[in-house]
Amino acid sequence: MSSLDQQRQSGMQSDASIKTVALVREFGELRAVDGIDLDIQPGEIYGFLGPNGAGKSTTVRMLCTLLAPTSGQAVIGGYDVATDPGAVRLRIGVALQEASLDPKQTGAELLRLQGLLYGLPKSVMKQRVAELAELIDLTDAMDRRISTYSGGMKRRLDLAAALVHNPDILFLDEPTTGLDPVSRVRVWDEVRRLNKDLGMTIFLTTQYLEEADLLADRVGIINHGKIVAEGTPTDLKRAVGADVIVVRVDGDASQVRSVVEAVDGVQSVEIHGNELVVNTDNGSATISPVAVALAGCEVAVRDLTLRTPTLDDVFLDLTGARIEADSADDDDDSTETSEKPSKKDKK
Amino acid sequence: MTITADNLAPLTRTDLRPRPAGLRRDIATVAGRALRAIPREMEAIIPPIFIALFFFLVNIATFDRLTGGLHYPSFSLATAVLLGVTGVTRAYAFVVDIQDGYFDRLLMTPIRRLAILLGQMCADLTVAGALAIPIIGVGFIAGVRFEAGPLGVVAFIAIAALWCLAYAGFAYAIALKTGNPAAVQSSFLMFFPFLFLTTSYVPQDELSGWLKTAAKFNPVTYILEGGRSLIFEGWQWGDLGKALLATVIVGAISMTMCFAAMNSRIKNG
Repeated sequence: MSSLDQQRQSGMQSDASIKTVALVREFGELRAVDGIDLDIQPGEIYGFLGPNGAGKSTTVRMLCTLLAPTSGQAVIGGYDVATDPGAVRLRIGVALQEASLDPKQTGAELLRLQGLLYGLPKSVMKQRVAELAELIDLTDAMDRRISTYSGGMKRRLDLAAALVHNPDILFLDEPTTGLDPVSRVRVWDEVRRLNKDLGMTIFLTTQYLEEADLLADRVGIINHGKIVAEGTPTDLKRAVGADVIVVRVDGDASQVRSVVEAVDGVQSVEIHGNELVVNTDNGSATISPVAVALAGCEVAVRDLTLRTPTLDDVFLDLTGARIEADSADDDDDSTETSEKPSKKDKK
Repeated sequence: MTITADNLAPLTRTDLRPRPAGLRRDIATVAGRALRAIPREMEAIIPPIFIALFFFLVNIATFDRLTGGLHYPSFSLATAVLLGVTGVTRAYAFVVDIQDGYFDRLLMTPIRRLAILLGQMCADLTVAGALAIPIIGVGFIAGVRFEAGPLGVVAFIAIAALWCLAYAGFAYAIALKTGNPAAVQSSFLMFFPFLFLTTSYVPQDELSGWLKTAAKFNPVTYILEGGRSLIFEGWQWGDLGKALLATVIVGAISMTMCFAAMNSRIKNG
């Protein structure tokens, strides 16, 4: 038996809600997901963070039985997605990146149909639809055609459709992309409530750093199909440094890199366009020497900011690129990160 | 009516225990959804009826005097009904489901994959049967009478509906293969050679040369003859059997293509 087989056999016997070993998906020459290992425990909210095109949606489609893995193994709720997809489908609820709705049906019709397909008794259907309508605050709109709904309403209905059968595990693929801030907060509240009140395991993909930071118990950062870091948001940020000093200059920031790196207390410096991101253990003590060092250079400083690290800083530190969340409407394979030499490359 | 969950005990996990619904319930659920959509998509229903009736009336006016001894409305009714029901399919809506992601939502439920197609096809069968009725009604007004009696009318509608289903398999195959609405619409155009290279306008004996040979190998010829036999001769089991066989052969080909396309789409995600 190969080591991979042994690893699979032992690993797959865990009580994890979601467990993958060396999961791979290829599209011709492109390796969209490149050997992902996940171990997500029941009741956990797991944030899967990465830029567009990183492989988040492809991973979700494999875990939801929509796409067969090229190699590797994925077990959801104790059942293998490749060999027992029917059992997996009974245990999961899914809201994909684009709301998967039928605009010609009413909201109530859609939820009722969803319930029928999950084998729910007709006797409970009316009440279940009513419960879900209240949950997503769409009671007054349930008898309207979905084509008349706003984007936020469609997203909430899509979430309700994923919840009809009260799944153990909920997959949310970029649930707030394209939503206005108020709707976004409403979805966040709902995700928290589902996790807290019902103990639902939630796998959440997002390109919004704030979303992962606020909601997730643990975050996996994916880039080019590989998980580059995993841990609690606090631990990941702590790994970057206690504080971050951001310096924006007129012109090429790389000209002053060596000057800033030489300042006492500076742990590392990342360049991102005209921006220097300086990691340090003591920001308040380091910011003045950095300012003084820059004053002696010919490059003009536009602003100097001290803040605590974000998950974007973690991503930048690991990959040399920032997550471009402003291209939220692009599809999974269309947007690139802003590439710069990573810390690893520089070393 | 707005529904609320007030004053009701919350549902328990047992109430909401998901399970496979079973093939029959899956098919009924998908067919029910498709049929509910019909009144909301009348733009898909009106044109086939209009076209069928238009050609029915124009052909009667054109050929009635030229075909002395033959009651042309009776002869032409089968052509009109086939023209009306061929291409009546939910395959177009299927493409929209694929594009809107609703097809993915269905695939993530425990529904049997077979039921996704069979449910739509049950709806197609129902709609085709319903569409044939007004065309036959106009035929009655034009003086058409069925030698096979009222049950013959039912058999006539059944032949048309089964043909519609057999032909719809091609549209579903194209829908699943391409996910392209324009390609699905073009599937109806593929029917035109079948419709014209046959006995649509004159009896087989009046055809000559290559057209007569083409008609001999055209399955539509036997479906038309089966329908006409109910009008002109009563229960002619030989003609009806040939009509059924032609439908089964075309259906076997189209359904094989259709289910292969379905499997391919599911496999490739």
